[in-house]
Amino acid sequence: MKFEDEPVPGYPLPIRPGHTSPGRFERVLRAGAFAVTAELAPPDSADPEDVYRRARVFEGYVDAINATDGSGANCHMSSLAVCAPVMQISCRDRNRIAIQGDILGGAAMGVCNMLCLTGDGVQAGDHPQAMPVFDLDALSLLSIACNLRDHHRFESGRKISYAPRVLLGAAENPVAPPTAHRALRLAKKVEAGAQFIQTQYCFDLAALRLFMRAVEDLGVLERAFILVGVGPLRSAKAAEWMRAHVPGMHVPDALIARLAGASDQAREGRNLCVDLIQELHTIKGVSGVHVMAYRQEESVAEVIDRSGVLGGRRPWRPEALEPALLDRKTS
Amino acid sequence: MYATRLWSVRHARGLARFYQVFESLLLKLAPLWRLLGYRRLERPVAAVERVVKGLLFDCKMCGRCVLSSTGMSCPMNCPKQLRNGPCGGVRADGNCEVRPEMRCVWMEAFAGAERIPDGLAAIRVVQGPVDRRLHGSSSWLRVVREKSETPA
Repeated sequence: MKFEDEPVPGYPLPIRPGHTSPGRFERVLRAGAFAVTAELAPPDSADPEDVYRRARVFEGYVDAINATDGSGANCHMSSLAVCAPVMQISCRDRNRIAIQGDILGGAAMGVCNMLCLTGDGVQAGDHPQAMPVFDLDALSLLSIACNLRDHHRFESGRKISYAPRVLLGAAENPVAPPTAHRALRLAKKVEAGAQFIQTQYCFDLAALRLFMRAVEDLGVLERAFILVGVGPLRSAKAAEWMRAHVPGMHVPDALIARLAGASDQAREGRNLCVDLIQELHTIKGVSGVHVMAYRQEESVAEVIDRSGVLGGRRPWRPEALEPALLDRKTS
Repeated sequence: MYATRLWSVRHARGLARFYQVFESLLLKLAPLWRLLGYRRLERPVAAVERVVKGLLFDCKMCGRCVLSSTGMSCPMNCPKQLRNGPCGGVRADGNCEVRPEMRCVWMEAFAGAERIPDGLAAIRVVQGPVDRRLHGSSSWLRVVREKSETPA
């Protein structure tokens, strides 16, 4: 899929009226297509090839890749350096001076989408002895990022000469307590500037439907695109481990039982993910899915393909570039 | 103290009403505070505030009190100091991701807000980033000063 006004594929697109970023993710969302994003875990390595290898498995199947920012409070290559279409920014490790610098730096390097997160507590990761910073929370981070983009100012009020042109996102966990107030929390994030939402894993569709109805009642659907988090579970045991150890992860017992009863649990996990994605496609207000397949990234293409939600649409893939254009890009 | 903190949320309605009366009293006395000098008052008032609010709310003296907007549950007791709502890590039992033995500060905040008239509307207001320089200073004096010195 190539836009008619795309200069050299992979380069920033002209910003259309009403858009805030030069990225294709915003274009796909605003065109009303069912968007697919996937999560890339930055490597424990300083080799850029490790990043490319992890990204390549998604080619042709996703509209944007998220680079996580020390997810689960584990140390990895920075999300800024990965320069993925969606740069995740967590408030856990940096104060407002560092974060605002990263927003400018990321945008300068071509990042078009930024996901503003609170971040998991340090107790969850491999450095529990670290200082949890949390100078900002996700909401104040969103308002600071908006201020940079729309009013060209740091939080201090000091002017910047060129604003970051980004689409801003936030996360939500529709199935975590207090479930009755989660929609309100999402509305608050949209008010603070979130234009798209990527949710935590959501395996409980009954709960999600209630949440989406509440979100609709708050008038959020016209103002933000909601992508629901899904992922293939490798086995019943893995699901139980994740439920116990991954903050905010809620897996219904019935689902674990279905996995445990299967002869090939990994395959059943993928089947389940396909079913979920197809169901989500029919829910009003769901603009896409965010696939988190940690250590099973290679299964994302299969799951998306089998779900059929792309409907023949082929997201961007670099091999499809004409050789002449590739030469221009590298010269 | 954790137990009194939970008590305060259960009595959020009464405490909110009490604070309104208390604040209007402080405001009426604004000329007196100005006469005595806010700078001179800062230390003794902050000391009283620390004791009273410490007992009732486990107050962390952030200097920018938002208790009236958070159902009388102090958000600075959240290990992530979230001032705009709960994180996504709240456990299925409603307890904190970081400190599993503690009830999520925001679960409490919503419970308190439901007891205060317009509490849920107040909780929806986006709270900006904290000015860390205010840490340890009196929120009461700052509020009185701001409200009495800025024209309505």
